[in-house]
Amino acid sequence: MRARRIKLQAFRVAVFIACGLFFLVPIFAMLEFSTRGNDLSSPRSLDAWTRIPSTPELATAITVSLELALITSVMMLVLILPTMVWVRLRLPKLSRIVEFICLMPLTVPAIALVVGIKPLYIWISLNFTDSILALSFAYLILVLPYAYRALDAGLGAIDLKTLTEAARSLGAGWGTVMLRVVVPNMRSAILNASLLSVALVLGEYTFANLMNYENLQVAIQFVSLVDANTSIAVAVAALLFAFVILLVLSFVGRGRVPAGGLGRTR
Amino acid sequence: MSTTTTTQSGSGIEVRLEKLRRVFAGVVALDELTLTIAPGELVALLGPSGCGKTTALRLVAGLDEVTSGNVVFGGSDVTQLGANRRGVGMVFQAYSLFPHMTAIQNVAFGLQMRHVENSERRKRSGEMLELVGLSGFADRYPQQLSGGQQQRVALARALAIRPKVLLLDEPLSALDAKVRARLRDEIRRVQLEVGITTLFVTHDQEEALAIADRVGVMNKGRLEQLGPPTVIYSRPATPFVAEFVGLTNKLEGTVKDGQVEVRGVRIPLVRPDTPNGPATALIRPEAVSLTGDGASSGPLTGNVIAVAFLGATSRVTVDLGDAIVLAQMPTSEASAHTAGSRVTLKVRPDPVLIAREETAATAAEA
Repeated sequence: MRARRIKLQAFRVAVFIACGLFFLVPIFAMLEFSTRGNDLSSPRSLDAWTRIPSTPELATAITVSLELALITSVMMLVLILPTMVWVRLRLPKLSRIVEFICLMPLTVPAIALVVGIKPLYIWISLNFTDSILALSFAYLILVLPYAYRALDAGLGAIDLKTLTEAARSLGAGWGTVMLRVVVPNMRSAILNASLLSVALVLGEYTFANLMNYENLQVAIQFVSLVDANTSIAVAVAALLFAFVILLVLSFVGRGRVPAGGLGRTR
Repeated sequence: MSTTTTTQSGSGIEVRLEKLRRVFAGVVALDELTLTIAPGELVALLGPSGCGKTTALRLVAGLDEVTSGNVVFGGSDVTQLGANRRGVGMVFQAYSLFPHMTAIQNVAFGLQMRHVENSERRKRSGEMLELVGLSGFADRYPQQLSGGQQQRVALARALAIRPKVLLLDEPLSALDAKVRARLRDEIRRVQLEVGITTLFVTHDQEEALAIADRVGVMNKGRLEQLGPPTVIYSRPATPFVAEFVGLTNKLEGTVKDGQVEVRGVRIPLVRPDTPNGPATALIRPEAVSLTGDGASSGPLTGNVIAVAFLGATSRVTVDLGDAIVLAQMPTSEASAHTAGSRVTLKVRPDPVLIAREETAATAAEA
């Protein structure tokens, strides 16, 4: 029994190390590249990193990408969460259809989506706005499958019907039910969905590039043509930023939750 | 079996269900249920799964929409009011405490929805927790409470808003037998103390008979019988009620002139106007006693095949050859009989019910 446990533990450690190397080696390589001097014999320098804020395209692109990430996440939550709650409570027969619609973007290549969406964006830019922030609508479609899966898991982990009915019988309106009962009990799922949305938007290239917008990834690509080190430094920074968000969110997610978690109570 | 049948005059109001009907996709879940609950009364709706008792409760709570009929609280029609505006307190079958709130925060939730001042809110929540004996658990999260404690907090939460009506949807079914019995008595104590009109839904006949002022037995969306627990048990109006509430022996016999003759024994009928002819008599196990004169033979003589010890009483199963009969008696009496011994049955002449199509008609008390 003990030998089996040790074997299992060794297997876990091996898998953990393998996965860690898979993710860390490329990042380390990028870090190494971004701190190289002009040639291989030159000492290490942080010049590429210090050039980031002084490269206007990059600074703007970072700001814009962060704005897009924020807007997309908020829109995703406002649109999907109440819809999913309503479908679960009132229209359970539609849940398969909603799931199908939400997962569909996974099956359609980004290039095909762009071809379909581009005429609409031309019309929007001619009649309303040509701001890059309008991209958040397209990104909303992109994040739909990931956000749906995360939120669906969260909703499945609580007894939604009983909790909402208990709150209703105590006098809560639907808005209060959502904000005071559903959201606090789905904090982890909401944070996961938000994180996935942020990560997806920060790493998105195809849509922005093909629709002639300049987000972070497009800017990195442009900068890489003239300054490869700086573009790689930005890419590493973006990855680190995503890791920091992940860490922050996971700590925030723990919050005041008592031992035993927030799942079903039986 | 009922703990008490007296009710205190308190904050209770009359609750009237008028021809309440609910149809789900062509299936009638509740068929014109009419029921009046007196102020401060506790009525239990009892029945098997799918009989419509929970549907009735949900319609009263406003958690489901009626197909037709009315729900009237204290003379006001609340049928069209949403669940959050009906002023009912509800305890659910599933543990329904908000997991992210402590016990006292859960109790205070309904008061917060009513914009009750903070100090008053805290005071009332504390009082309610004290009422259910959990004042020392105010800062515990639901996960840190046992099932019984969670349901007691749920009861305190439901009562904190001073509801017009208290609705209990099988609140004890998730608990173990001992906790269930204790909490059942506690619910009754609190209900009497507060004097609130209460509708209690359960599939457990013992629970319903023990706690309620009146019990309504439901079957296939209809109310079969409504009455005090003793009447429901001793004078069931329909064969369904007789069979659902307590164990029942079914013995073939013949109805003649207001009596039924079963294996040579004449027994009076609950309904003396039952037409003459062959019939099945429904006889309670406690109306059957045994004598151990094994040498005799006759239509009421058979072999003991099992003796089940139930504590103060025991249940003896007797094989008459063409029928199996259950007899329930004090354990001291039952101990005289062992499996395999030959016994003669004696049936006490309590009025019995006949299981025949024409007697299955609804006999709900007005």
